[in-house]
Amino acid sequence: MSKFDDTSMTSRRFMQELRRYQKGSVSRRHFLGVTGLGLATAVLGAAVPGLKPRPAFAAEDLGDTLNFTTWPNYFAQSNLDDFTKKTGVNINVSVFGSNEEMLAKLQAGGTGWDVFVPTNYTISTYKGLGLIEPLDLKRLPEFDASSQDPRFVGPGTVDGTIYAVPKDWGTTGYVINSDKVKGEMTTWKQFWDRTRGDLSGRVMVHDYQLTTIGNALKYFGYSFNSIDPKELADAEKLLIDSKPHLFGINSDYQPSMRNGDAWMSVCWTGDASQLHRDIPAMQYVIGREGGEIWTDFYAIPKDAPHRNAAYAFVNYMLTPEVNAKEILAHGYPSTDAKTNALLPKTVLEDPILYPAKDLLANLEFGAAATLTNPMRAEIMNRFKSA
Amino acid sequence: MTIAAASSRRTTTALLVGPAAIFFVLLLILPLVVVVIYSFGERAPAGGYAPAFTFANYADLASRGKAFLNTLTLAPLGTLLCVVIAYPLAYFLALKASERWRTLLLVLVIVPFWTSQLLRIYAWLLILGHKGIPSFLALIGFDDVRLINTPFAVLVGMVYGYLPLMVFPIYVSLEKLDRRLLEASADLGASPWRTLWQVTLPLSLPGIATGSLLVFILLMGEFIIPAFLGGGKVFFIGNALVDLFLQSRNWPLGAAVSLGLVAIMLVTIVIYMRFVLGRGGDRRVALM
Repeated sequence: MSKFDDTSMTSRRFMQELRRYQKGSVSRRHFLGVTGLGLATAVLGAAVPGLKPRPAFAAEDLGDTLNFTTWPNYFAQSNLDDFTKKTGVNINVSVFGSNEEMLAKLQAGGTGWDVFVPTNYTISTYKGLGLIEPLDLKRLPEFDASSQDPRFVGPGTVDGTIYAVPKDWGTTGYVINSDKVKGEMTTWKQFWDRTRGDLSGRVMVHDYQLTTIGNALKYFGYSFNSIDPKELADAEKLLIDSKPHLFGINSDYQPSMRNGDAWMSVCWTGDASQLHRDIPAMQYVIGREGGEIWTDFYAIPKDAPHRNAAYAFVNYMLTPEVNAKEILAHGYPSTDAKTNALLPKTVLEDPILYPAKDLLANLEFGAAATLTNPMRAEIMNRFKSA
Repeated sequence: MTIAAASSRRTTTALLVGPAAIFFVLLLILPLVVVVIYSFGERAPAGGYAPAFTFANYADLASRGKAFLNTLTLAPLGTLLCVVIAYPLAYFLALKASERWRTLLLVLVIVPFWTSQLLRIYAWLLILGHKGIPSFLALIGFDDVRLINTPFAVLVGMVYGYLPLMVFPIYVSLEKLDRRLLEASADLGASPWRTLWQVTLPLSLPGIATGSLLVFILLMGEFIIPAFLGGGKVFFIGNALVDLFLQSRNWPLGAAVSLGLVAIMLVTIVIYMRFVLGRGGDRRVALM
């Protein structure tokens, strides 16, 4: 918005300067000095939309803005920059900590989002509440259902209609700084016991009901998705007991892990890859008891103000060459065989991205009921207030 | 007075008061009514508000007791620290600094406000984080000191963020101070400390009161500083509210909690005005 205001201000001033120059009241040198040649070109470009360079997408008007809502550390900036270069569409990125937060914003309305990244278990609810629109697959030629791994695409389809296309998939385990955390760590039981033991004050959990409550449930061997009141009460007790021993509650835990404040944190695949890539002592653990496996999707909200740009962007991100660069940057595995064909073997055999079969076997996809379950919402809130 | 004059006076009054009244009704009274209505409602199945009439939300306020407690200890403590730190600074600026430097120094007090509050809090995140002050403490033998995500960190952030709001009112009240009273006090044999305690301080109480109210009210509603420097460990009512509306989507409980906060603020402020302002008034009378 402010950008637009600036441009219109400048174009007015530009015209004034131009008139002064034409009338001869200022020199050509003054005119160029005041406006700046580059600025003048930009203003002319803004005043005449046809002059904007948009080679690849010349057929439709994409506008100049796209509001993209996603998760921390979850995209390759170079891809976004390339998209802007190609299309003239500037991307505003906002980052969220939980699906519940995204839902709350969408329910409140007027988000201005064009593309967002919901997780598998939320899509049926968004559809039910009429917050997302069915995708026009004709406008997403890069989406090829036949090259997608069938384990991961299902939740994007509700009642036979595709509402979301897969971005990537991953797991939720925990990361340890093995310089500080000694001894073998393989389970959620160890995670919570050592949080309240020798690692007191050094552990982080997500600001996110699904994973924080889910992995507390795993301590007792309950389902990650439980909404049973008794099981949830056990999980709440564990969480409240552990609260004084936590370093913090935050879904963006990389900064604290990197600078040494935190030594262990509930963690998603890609954050573990990124941390391990930079600091080899950072290791990823998937609890033997289980935990979460998930798929994230691209979806378009019903009131998206820049729909054309949204489709162009999603299609661009699904292009295997672009997607491969994404995977290399954020370190989450792709659902798309065509993308995988472009990735080096080291990535495709990375145990952080592709955990052993026996560990994967115990993981659960998040269940839709957890998103709107009032008990889980309330427990998370009480845990944070405790 | 003629009827015409009276009606024209009424028109003037309406014109003067009208805009403010409309503003208050639309942006304060009506939203407050909505909040009161919501506070008796129920959480809708997918979150939000569903009409009902229940006191359950008020009965549930105790479940946020820790957040109320954190707010009610750290906000007054932060206010007090602001007074203690701001007073000498304001005193220096008003009574000791030379005319030449005063304006520049006053501007310096407010310069930090020119950058985004978020940016300044991020800076504290780094200063108090493991690679900041704790790494210096480690050099002199205090290993693994943790400052970030503690009440201390939140206090530092609050005092840093709100100090200028305390400095200015105190400065104004000290600057207006009649210097002859200080001379009279000295002539009558009072030590400088006694003059400060019995003359300067009581006369600058209105400034302290204004600054304290400003800072206290803002601190009670603070949520950004505890969110960043408290890391989910030092939770304020403001944070509970953000969560209730933006995560767990329990608007009715959120409405009840926010009214609870308003009630506490009103009571605290009334008590505060009675005692602090009341006593200040007495002393002034006694001085004359």
